[in-house]
Amino acid sequence: MSIVAASPPRENALAALIKHSRYVISENPVTGFAFALFVLIVLAAVLGPHLVPYDPLQSDTSEALKPPNLHHLFGTDQLGRDIFSRVVVATRLDFFIAVASVVLVFVMGGFAGVAAGFFGGWTDRIVGRIADTIMAFPLFVLAMGIVAALGNTVQNIVIATAIVNFPLYARIARAEANVRREAGFVEAARLSGNSDWRILAFQILPNVFPILVVQMSLTMGYAILNAAGLSFIGLGVRPPTPEWGIMVAEGAQFIVSGEWWNAFFPGAALMVAVFCFNLLGDGLRDMVDPRRRT
Amino acid sequence: MKRRDLLKSMTALTAAAAVPAPAIWSSAKAQTRQETLLIVSESGPNNLDIHGVGTNVPGYEVSWNCYDRLITHEMKTLPNGTPYYDKTKFKPELAEDMNVGDLSATFKLRKDAAFQDGTPVTAKDVKWSFDRAVTVGGFPTFQMSAGSLTKPEQFVVVDDHTFRVDFLKKDRLTIPDLAVIVPCVINSELVKKNATPQDPWGLEYTKLNTVGSGAYRVTNWTAGSQVVLERNDKWKGGPLPKIKRVIWRIVPDAGNRRALLERGDADVSYDLPNKDFSELKNDGKLTIVSTPYSNGIQYIGMNVQHPPFNDVKVRYAVAYALPYQKIMDVVLYGLGKPMFGAAADTPTEVAWPQPHKFKTDLDKAKKLLAESGASNINVPISFDLGFAGVNQPICELVQESLAQIGITTTINKVPGANWRTELTKKNMPLFTNVFSGWLDYPEYFFYWCYHSGKSIFNTMDYQSLQMDTFIDGARAAAATGNWDSYDKDVKGFVDLAYTDMPRIPLYQPYVNVAMQKDISGYQYWFHRRLDYRTFVKA
Amino acid sequence: MLMMIAKRLGMAIPSLIGVVIVTFLLTRALPGDPAAYFAGPAATPQAIQEIRVKLGLDKPLIEQFGRYVVDLTHGNLGTSLTTGQPVATELRNRLPASAELTLLGLLVSIVIAVPLGILAATKPNSILDHTCRIISTLGVSLPVFFTGLVLVYVFYFLLGWAPPPLGRLDVFYTEPPHVSGFYLIDSLIAGDVPTFIASLKQLVLPALTLGIFSLAPIARMTRASMLAVLSSDFIRTARASGLSSYTVIVTYAFRNAMLPVITTLGMVFSFLLGANVLVEKVFAWPGIGSYAVEALLASDFAPVQGFVLTMAVLYVILNLLIDVLYGLIDPRVRLEA
Repeated sequence: MSIVAASPPRENALAALIKHSRYVISENPVTGFAFALFVLIVLAAVLGPHLVPYDPLQSDTSEALKPPNLHHLFGTDQLGRDIFSRVVVATRLDFFIAVASVVLVFVMGGFAGVAAGFFGGWTDRIVGRIADTIMAFPLFVLAMGIVAALGNTVQNIVIATAIVNFPLYARIARAEANVRREAGFVEAARLSGNSDWRILAFQILPNVFPILVVQMSLTMGYAILNAAGLSFIGLGVRPPTPEWGIMVAEGAQFIVSGEWWNAFFPGAALMVAVFCFNLLGDGLRDMVDPRRRT
Repeated sequence: MKRRDLLKSMTALTAAAAVPAPAIWSSAKAQTRQETLLIVSESGPNNLDIHGVGTNVPGYEVSWNCYDRLITHEMKTLPNGTPYYDKTKFKPELAEDMNVGDLSATFKLRKDAAFQDGTPVTAKDVKWSFDRAVTVGGFPTFQMSAGSLTKPEQFVVVDDHTFRVDFLKKDRLTIPDLAVIVPCVINSELVKKNATPQDPWGLEYTKLNTVGSGAYRVTNWTAGSQVVLERNDKWKGGPLPKIKRVIWRIVPDAGNRRALLERGDADVSYDLPNKDFSELKNDGKLTIVSTPYSNGIQYIGMNVQHPPFNDVKVRYAVAYALPYQKIMDVVLYGLGKPMFGAAADTPTEVAWPQPHKFKTDLDKAKKLLAESGASNINVPISFDLGFAGVNQPICELVQESLAQIGITTTINKVPGANWRTELTKKNMPLFTNVFSGWLDYPEYFFYWCYHSGKSIFNTMDYQSLQMDTFIDGARAAAATGNWDSYDKDVKGFVDLAYTDMPRIPLYQPYVNVAMQKDISGYQYWFHRRLDYRTFVKA
Repeated sequence: MLMMIAKRLGMAIPSLIGVVIVTFLLTRALPGDPAAYFAGPAATPQAIQEIRVKLGLDKPLIEQFGRYVVDLTHGNLGTSLTTGQPVATELRNRLPASAELTLLGLLVSIVIAVPLGILAATKPNSILDHTCRIISTLGVSLPVFFTGLVLVYVFYFLLGWAPPPLGRLDVFYTEPPHVSGFYLIDSLIAGDVPTFIASLKQLVLPALTLGIFSLAPIARMTRASMLAVLSSDFIRTARASGLSSYTVIVTYAFRNAMLPVITTLGMVFSFLLGANVLVEKVFAWPGIGSYAVEALLASDFAPVQGFVLTMAVLYVILNLLIDVLYGLIDPRVRLEA
């Protein structure tokens, strides 16, 4: 008599995941550090605006360009605004830009990629052409062009970042979908009467997600750097919105005259965030598929 | 090698590396440096000919220095010692004699004047150049018309060295208009050789080559990178310049420009943020000269044809809400002349620019806004990104102040190249802009900025019959010398401008120049660009 | 081999066509009106309309596109509004400046990143490994213009070690006679050592800025590739045979590990060519990046279109070269193709 083993109860799967994560983190202290930093960033994004000492938009011209002191931990900018408050409040916007870009590109690129890999034929060719065309552009210039043409709002910056990263996600998703096309669980789903689109959305895409999530954390860092670069040429977010990139770009003009704090603190925050996202990507890769470690 | 020796040599190396490397100038290089003036700025010319299509402002500087005009201005000296062009006194440049009559002005050209290729300058060249200026269209033609110089028939060659300008009507701006950059004298024969049927005025040729009789000529132009000018040793339009070579380098980053000046690796720059000028002035390591823009004002403009700013009470509310002093402090660092806050009993003068009597009073602003009945105002405030250094903080401060009286604004950055397009459309409700006129007369400023004739500079789309009457009256009175009538009309249009308040002057900007201590000879000209001919390097 | 090249070129044509179309549409979508710009200050609406007709901007989009394509086939990339020069000439003049900078930046990056990657691979998961990873990641975590400005501030303004950021060459040197457009090469060909040194000095800071920014991908790929190779059988044999550590790592492992790294290099190079627009702005470098950015902000179509097309073509050629190089180095690839 053959006894079919019952599938392990859900709690065990979750417990296994936690155990595995803890193992990975202890293996690699850097990843643990990155996770802690990530939590800190999320907290700052959520709670920051409620906890800061000053209104980030309020100017106080009598206190303009003062170095860090007890009243203003990070000093003040050229209009007398408190830099510490602005840096903390900017966390929310930058985090939003990062997450929104990544979600958008995952949906667009991931879906297009799995469709291309799953259906093959014309879908594959069209998606491939689009991806190749985008890749042939110098990517930053394409982002600049999109924002210049559509207007410099946060939405457009997010859209530009997503478009520029589309080919990479499409390519990875396509490769993964290709592999899983003939897999057993897909066959089973088809036999149960699921339409192709349902299979794509609920069977394949979730399987591709762990592979893509590694790339997504890298893209989060890239999104913030992209916004900073755009701000440097004048295509970033609208003033007086606090955002790390535009604060660095505007603060850069004060480096030579010695008011280093204008650019240093937002720059440091930006660096810490991007750094954290990059290391996080490594850690996630270890958790998901240790064979792909670099 | 023994470990100890290795360590010793390493220490020596590190010690040597910690000392700043000395500037290595060979004696030949040092000498060349002495004879060259090195200018750094944010942008450069896109065309070497002011008559060219779409020539930008840096191109005007090249034209000024490489071409001569019939007459130029005498210099007077300001209290701070800066030579300043005297708008009423002229002196010969290419013309050695000027005779102004009722219906025309006759000029006798210098007999020894020659173009840089050796060809003598004749009246035929002058007529060809002037015909070109009034025919090519665009900015040059517009500028010529400011002095009632519009038809080639006005320009008459009497003989090889005598040239006459016939007046279409009496206009006191005609003679000053002959001294601006546009009516320059070009080597017509040389250009005609390089003209084509599609390009009869040879604009493509003069775009890339300077073909005048001026003190300098361009020997090397890499667009966007640098311009190299060499002295014309045979120049006859004035005393021979001391600087043999001018190198004008484009350095887009303002911080780097300041660094170059402070380290002595650049000689002159006029393109720095106000804060830097103010600090460098206090440091004392460089010479900073600040001169008010002749006939120039930075202002907040409102479109008066559409709500909410078609209601004068709303405009007054804005005028009382603006953070004038904050702008003077943290945007200009004091390098500007306030155009606000005149005492209530100040009489109106026959002069321009002139301050208005509004000052920051938020309570009054709120009251006026309530009286007007306008509410929930939400408009974009636009500015020219090309001058973001000044425009952006102004808009941010104005945004904050307006928010306090209940007007919400979003900041709209318009790239420099699109700014004129936006101004022409005349549909920006709220914006900041600067205007200054080359001809320093009140009626000239008001004609372009307040007259109803749809001028691009009437950015507020202001239409007032009464204003037009005052302006036209002033111009006619000046032409005939009726000074009583003139004074009345000028006071009239200034008062009306401040009663209707379609635009709110903020300040009269300063032209700031930073130079190494060994450089002298800077002169202020109406075009606010550099005149290389008077610079001296000690 | 030739078949492969031809096939690749054929596959690239649709992408190039796509690039041309997208760029055309994008530049036409830019705000701003070249006719108003050309007409100059104080132009009346009639004057602007005349110029618009003269520039052919009043024709329907399809017709404008058609004329653009016809011009392209004649090698005419149009004229720039902001500089007034033909785009093709300016691109030709400026491309060597960007290429020289990017290549040198890549070299700097390789020189730092490859040893880092190898070092990290020799002791996986050690403190050394983590340190290498942190160093390379730090470099890519800062906006590239910020790195550039800080380097200028420290090394030029404070210490005076670096020359003034005035572009490719100090004002008192003249360009070497034009052979390749690369000042380093041309000055050596002309035997002009002082100019060579002067050009090199101007290149140091911008190349360093670019190099720092591209450390991470190269270091990571080297490490991954080395790890994969180091765990393979033939290395085990080499070690077992008693060969020195140095021989094993450098002579055997490294050569085999370089292949994926070369592919990465290609990707990084094309990424840098696009990213150096910011570096060029900071260092006043007269390259195509700064040219394209200024044109974009001025809504000046022709240079932007020309720039994008040039980069796309370069990208295709570059990928082709990498594939050929790969085929030459690794016979297995050749045999498969």
